[in-house]
This record gives sequence, structure tokens and C-alpha cells, in this order.
Amino acid sequence: MLFALAITALVLAPVVVTFSSFMRIEGDILGHLTEFVLPELVVNTLWLVAGVGIGVTLLGVSLAWLTAMCEFPGRRVFDWALLLPLALPAYVTAFVAIGLLDFTGPVQTWLREGWGLTGLPEIRSRGGVILVMSLALYPYVYLIAKNAFATQGAVALEAAQSLGLSRWQGFFRVALPMARPWIAAGLMLALMETLADFGTMATFNYDTFTTAIYKAWYSLFSLDSAAQLASILIVFVLVAVVFEQRSRMKMRYGAVGRGAASRRLRLSAVQAALAFAYAASVLAIAFLIPVAQLAWWSYGVIETDLDSRYWMFVGHSLLLASLGAMLVVAVALLLAYAGRQRGGQAMVWIQRLATLGYAFPGAVLAVGLFIPVAALDNWLIDTGRAWFGFDGTEILKGTLAVMLAAYLVRFLAVGFGPVDSGLHRITRNIDEAARNLGLSAGGLLTRVHLPMLRASLLTAAALAFVDIMKEMPITLMTRPFGWDTLAVRVFEMTSEGEWERAALPSLALVVAGIIPIILLTWRGSRDAH
Amino acid sequence: MNAPFTRLLAALALSALTLPALAEEITVYSARNEQLIKPLFDAYTKETGVEIKFITDKEGPLMARLKAEDKNTPADVLLTVDAGNLWQAGEEGLLRPIKSKVLNANVPAHLRDPDGEWYGLSVRARTLVYNTSKLKPAELSTYEDLANPKWKGRLCLRTSKKVYNQSLVAMMITEYGEGKTEDIVSGWVNNLATSPFPDDTKAMEAVAAGQCDVTIVNTYYFGRLLEKQPNLPLAIFWPNQALKSKAAGVHVNVSGAGVTKYAKNPAAAQKLIEWLSSEKAQNLFADVNMEYPVNPRVKPDPKVAAWGSFKPNLINVKEAGSLQAKAVKLMDRAGYK
Repeated sequence: MLFALAITALVLAPVVVTFSSFMRIEGDILGHLTEFVLPELVVNTLWLVAGVGIGVTLLGVSLAWLTAMCEFPGRRVFDWALLLPLALPAYVTAFVAIGLLDFTGPVQTWLREGWGLTGLPEIRSRGGVILVMSLALYPYVYLIAKNAFATQGAVALEAAQSLGLSRWQGFFRVALPMARPWIAAGLMLALMETLADFGTMATFNYDTFTTAIYKAWYSLFSLDSAAQLASILIVFVLVAVVFEQRSRMKMRYGAVGRGAASRRLRLSAVQAALAFAYAASVLAIAFLIPVAQLAWWSYGVIETDLDSRYWMFVGHSLLLASLGAMLVVAVALLLAYAGRQRGGQAMVWIQRLATLGYAFPGAVLAVGLFIPVAALDNWLIDTGRAWFGFDGTEILKGTLAVMLAAYLVRFLAVGFGPVDSGLHRITRNIDEAARNLGLSAGGLLTRVHLPMLRASLLTAAALAFVDIMKEMPITLMTRPFGWDTLAVRVFEMTSEGEWERAALPSLALVVAGIIPIILLTWRGSRDAH
Repeated sequence: MNAPFTRLLAALALSALTLPALAEEITVYSARNEQLIKPLFDAYTKETGVEIKFITDKEGPLMARLKAEDKNTPADVLLTVDAGNLWQAGEEGLLRPIKSKVLNANVPAHLRDPDGEWYGLSVRARTLVYNTSKLKPAELSTYEDLANPKWKGRLCLRTSKKVYNQSLVAMMITEYGEGKTEDIVSGWVNNLATSPFPDDTKAMEAVAAGQCDVTIVNTYYFGRLLEKQPNLPLAIFWPNQALKSKAAGVHVNVSGAGVTKYAKNPAAAQKLIEWLSSEKAQNLFADVNMEYPVNPRVKPDPKVAAWGSFKPNLINVKEAGSLQAKAVKLMDRAGYK
């Protein structure tokens, strides 16, 4: 409990900093935004959230069902390959999609010049943003839903069929409702990331609530107004989280059994071909084509840009992501566990608040974290100077500890989602049985829960790892001098619009990000057998 | 609470040991990216022995950082890529005024802060680029003229969220006032062939592909694009050359620097900025990104000079900062996305 409070306090520091901006209201800026900017972008944001919500759910659930429950050609490869888009930052997918499909791109040029076709749908549009974000973020739903289907789908479906339901009825009336907490966990992650996204929206020039936050800060020079808008966004997310949790609070979920792998659904030849075509096109559009484009661009700059420092960038990225992922998973486990042991309304709120960092626009969170750290540092330095004649400008700032703490605040939700929903799947009966057999609380965790949670923990670690690899604003703000990473390289290139040169670090990011995904599926598949 | 104190003690021990032997060192916070500044810093270190530590980020976060660090900032110099942000840093009291004969001689008066808080170091010209197979240069004249209905469906623009467009509109406000400027911006919006682009390069590609005839871009993006695809039917037009009003001349912005208010080593920081404005460093500073040197005695790179010479706008670039918020609001009202 104390620990949970400490973590919440850490997350709340930037929240408090952000909300404290309400003490300094700049009426003219807020008035302007309310009159000319907000009406349209609230509509834009709602469309985006609804569209991406539907998009990631359809893609994620259908692909998870196919790979977890059915047999079709290439299923073993798709099983892990469909996770790969996670390693690709969404703005990269966006940039490639626009590059290929816009008026000036090869597709439209060919259609126009070869066939005289014009008036094609515009990729730089609401539909285009929703499509790209859905393709970039569906793996969150896919990964978590696949776990749910793999561990309980077959048995549930058999039970349903034995009660006389058809396959489709079994899916919609039994398997899908049973997987709901997991799907919801993935969906929340995807939507929080959508709301906080800036890079993709900037590439599409699509105005959302978050782009208005940056407009207030960077263009109208009002960090306070930006923080106020961010606070409204956070409250909105919190309300959505509460609403979502309430709606399924009365339900209880437990595992029905295991052993999906041995009894996959047989698909007819046509169905199998369709399944293959579907999975293959999602993979191609969301991953293979963007990566091929990145590789092509990288090839052009490799001679000038690839130097020995790249190993250092890769090393820094991998080190930060692994340390960060371990920290996130450890804390997420403790937090979820505290909830299981204690329960109660207070604990639910602690968990909700502790995972809010993911909904912040990245740079706002970075500043919200930096301000208290700098304040503490100033106090320490002044004290040090008065007492010991300390001569320096940094104590906490510019240390890896601060950087990792910042990642924890940002990505705790990414770890908490899978771990908590995994923990929910372990019924109370198991705990009681274990206790009756004489296991202590510690023994229960290490000998019963941890082995049962292994897949969830790996999922959490992999998600946190790739997210930290891709993270930009916190890395930029809190990195020690000289601690440049691949994401920092991407920033250096894109800040002056040099997209082709940004391809090389992006590609390196993807390659490094694939490692945990492969590890994850390798361990995961070993678990399943 | 253990770690900070351990760290404090370690730092104390370390500073006691190494301080006397330490070479002179300056810390720079830079919004100009690494590949553009590192060659310069390396050259400076080689020449003077002064070590330069630097960290890059966007201007907004760098300024928030300076503000939060207050008296204990490690930064001696703030380097940014446009005048608006330098002006804002000055407004927030993050910079200290310096008096320097060298800088006053090397940097034209309209490209530095009148109070000496910051100095431009390279010039970025924002000009017109048109499709040579669809337009004759005689059809073009000024930025303002692009609001004329004759350009309906023929104009492409980058997003109003980019500071370069905000500065351009801010400068127009100084001449025309908000009302007339808003009419001009609304005229642009009405003439757009397609929704605004996220960057200058995309806007030029659209012009080259015939989606529109003309756009407004910074010259170095033109240089970069043509270096890769020399056969694109694109050319530069220098607007506002015949005007006699304050709006005369091509809109220019600067990338520049100032000494931070709480610099630990202000004298060395000033020396670095002076060196950056010197004849030795100016070509290195500007040429690496195909920009124009700020120092009038230094010639631009031959590739850049080949685009022809132009009369720049002479209003002090700090107006770009002081009027930026007004410009942004105006563009919002005009529906310029």
C-alpha cells in the first residue's frame, strides 16, 4: 500500500505541476482557442478516437482470433510478424503512406499519367489519419487479445458448441465477451496513445486536442495555457477509464482451462486463403512497405551518415529500453498485486492515477517531470553550496535515475494493462487452494502467480521496451550530456525536415525493436506447449 | 533519498579533485540540430582548446528547462533556429544583454536584438518557388499578390503551425496592420489548391507535380530538393523587390544565439558567439545547411549564390517574435490550418 502510494506520488508530481497552471490563466489565449480552434478540433478528436477505436478493435480482434484459434497457411509466421508494426513509430508509417499515396506520390502519378485517373480520395484527410493510426496501433489489441483467446478460447468455444451454438454464435456470444477485459486493456492503450500523439498528426496536419496544446505552447508562447488544455485532456481520459471499468466491474472472469493449440478450428480452403490474404495485406501495409521504403532511403545516405557512433546510439537505446522495461514491469506487477491483496475503492483510484502518464502529450509530461526535479536539484545545490561549498549545476538532473523514473511515469500503463488483466485471470480459488496447502503470501507469488503470469509479464515488458525505444520528448529533455539514442537521431533529422536521412536511425530503431518481439513470441510459444 | 546524497558527495569529491585541472568548458543548449553545429564546435575546440558540451531539443522544452533550472542551469549559450524564439527567451528573462563591438560589426542591426540579448548568426530567406513550365516569372510579384483571386486553385502552402510562416505573417502585420493582413491571409487560404503541407519540401513537390503553380518556402529546402532531383521544373522568385514600403524585400529570419542569464562562464560564451559571427566560421555555419551568412563581408556558398541576389526586408527580426502570437491568432481566424 505504501509502495503504491509512493508510485502514485511520483506520477502525480507532473499532474500537479500541470494542473497548477490554472493559477495563471491567460484569458486572451484561452478565449481565442475556445472561439477559433477548439470547436473544430474537438470534433476532429472525437472522430479520431471513434475511428481508431473501431479500427484497432476490428483489426486486432480478428487477427488475434485467426492466429490463436484457426489454422491457415503461414499462421506460425503471422503469429509474431503481426506484432512488428509496434516497432515502427506511427509518424513513420504516416510519412511513408503520404509519400506513396499523395498527389505527388508514385501511385497517383502512375494512375494520372498512365490512365488519366484523377479525383482519387485524398490520403491527407480524416480517413487517412484513422487508417494509418489503426494500422500502427492495432498490435496493442492483437497482442493482448491473442493471449486471452489462446488461453481460454478453445475450451469456451467447445462448451458453447456443446450447448448448440454455431461457430459464429460461439465467437460472438461466448469467446468475445469473455475476452473483453483484455480487449479493453489493449484498446485503452491504443486510444491513450492516439490522444497524446503529436508526430502523426503533424505529418497529416490534422488538428486534434493535442496539436492545440502544442500550438498554445510553441506558437503562442504560453506553456500555462498548454498545461491547462493538457489537464482537460487528462480529466477526459480519467473519466473514460472510470466509465470503462465501471461497465465491467460486476463481471468476474476466470480461466476455464488451457490447451487451445491442439484444437484449432479447421478452415475450408477458400476461408484459409482469405485468412492468409487478409493477414498478409495488413502486415504488408502496416510494416513491410514502410520498412522497405525506409531501407531504400537509408541505402541512399548510408555512406555519409553511418559512422561508428551508431553502435553507441544503438547501445544507449537498448540499455535504456531494457532497464526501463524491467522497472516498468516490476512496478506494474507490484501495483497490480497490491490491488489484488488490498482491493477497495482507494486502491482502484491509486491504480487509475498511477497509470495516467500514458495519456499525457509527451513533451508536456517531460516538462511536468522536469520542473519538480529541477526544483529539488536547486534546493540540493543551494544546500550543498551553503554547507560544503559545492560547485556545480547538476545533481539529479542529467542522471539515468531521473530518466528511468520519467519513463516509468510515462509507460506504467503499458506494463500495468497486461499484468493486471493477467492477474484477473487467476481465480481466487487458486489462491485459497494454495494457501490451504500451506504456501505463504510470498510463496503464492513466486510459485503460483509468477509462473501463471509469465506470458502477461513478457507482453508487458515487450510493449514497454518498444515504447521506450521510440520515445522522444522525455529522452530529449532528461538525457545526460552525450547520451544520444536512436530516437534522438530521428529527432535531429526530422527537426529540419530531412526525412530521408531520418530513415537510417528509424530503421535501426525497428531492427532493435524487433528483438524483444521475437523473444516474446519464442518464449510465449514455448509456454503454450 | 540515498542516491542524491551519494551523488552529491561523489560530485563534491570529484569537483575537489578535478576542478583546478579542468580545461575551459562551455555548455550550449541548441535547437539547431547536431549535424549542423557539431562541425563548428569541433573547429572551435581545435582552435581555442575550449571544450563545448551541448544538448539538443526543441526551443519550447529548452526554454522551459532554462526557466526551471533558474540560477543552477549548466547552460552558457542558447542557440535557436528562429528570431521568434530568441525574442521569447529574452522576454522570459532567460538571456543577458552583452556589449560586443565584434558582434555589432559582424551582424547587421536588423538581424540582432537592439538590447544585445541575442544575435543572428545565419539568414534564412523565405521566398517564392514556382513551376517553370506553368508560369513566367513576370506573373509573380509579391507575397501579398498571392491573395489575388487570379491565383485561385494555384497556390500551395506549408502549415501555419510552422514558425517560418508565423514570422512572415508577423512581419506583414508591421506594415499593413492586422485587418489588412488578415485579408491577405484569407486570400491565400481561398487560393489554396490543396490543404496545407507539413513541410516545405512536400509543398515544392506538389508544385513540381503540377498540383499547384507556386508556393512559399525557405531557400535551403529548395537547394536540398534540387540537389537530389536537379530536373524538377522549379525555380526561385524573389518577391517584394520593387516595393517601396516597409514590406519591401524578401522575408528573412535568423538562426541565432544569446548568452544565458545565469551563464557560469559568460565571457567564454560571448567569445564563442563572436567567433561564430566571424569570417572564419560564417561559411561553416551557413553553408552546411545552404543558408546565408549573416556577416555581410562573407559570401554565400557558390551553390546558394547561383540563385541570384535579392533585397532583404529590413524590419528588425525581433518583430517576428513580438507579433508572433498575434500572427498565429490571425491565421486561425482566417482558417489557415
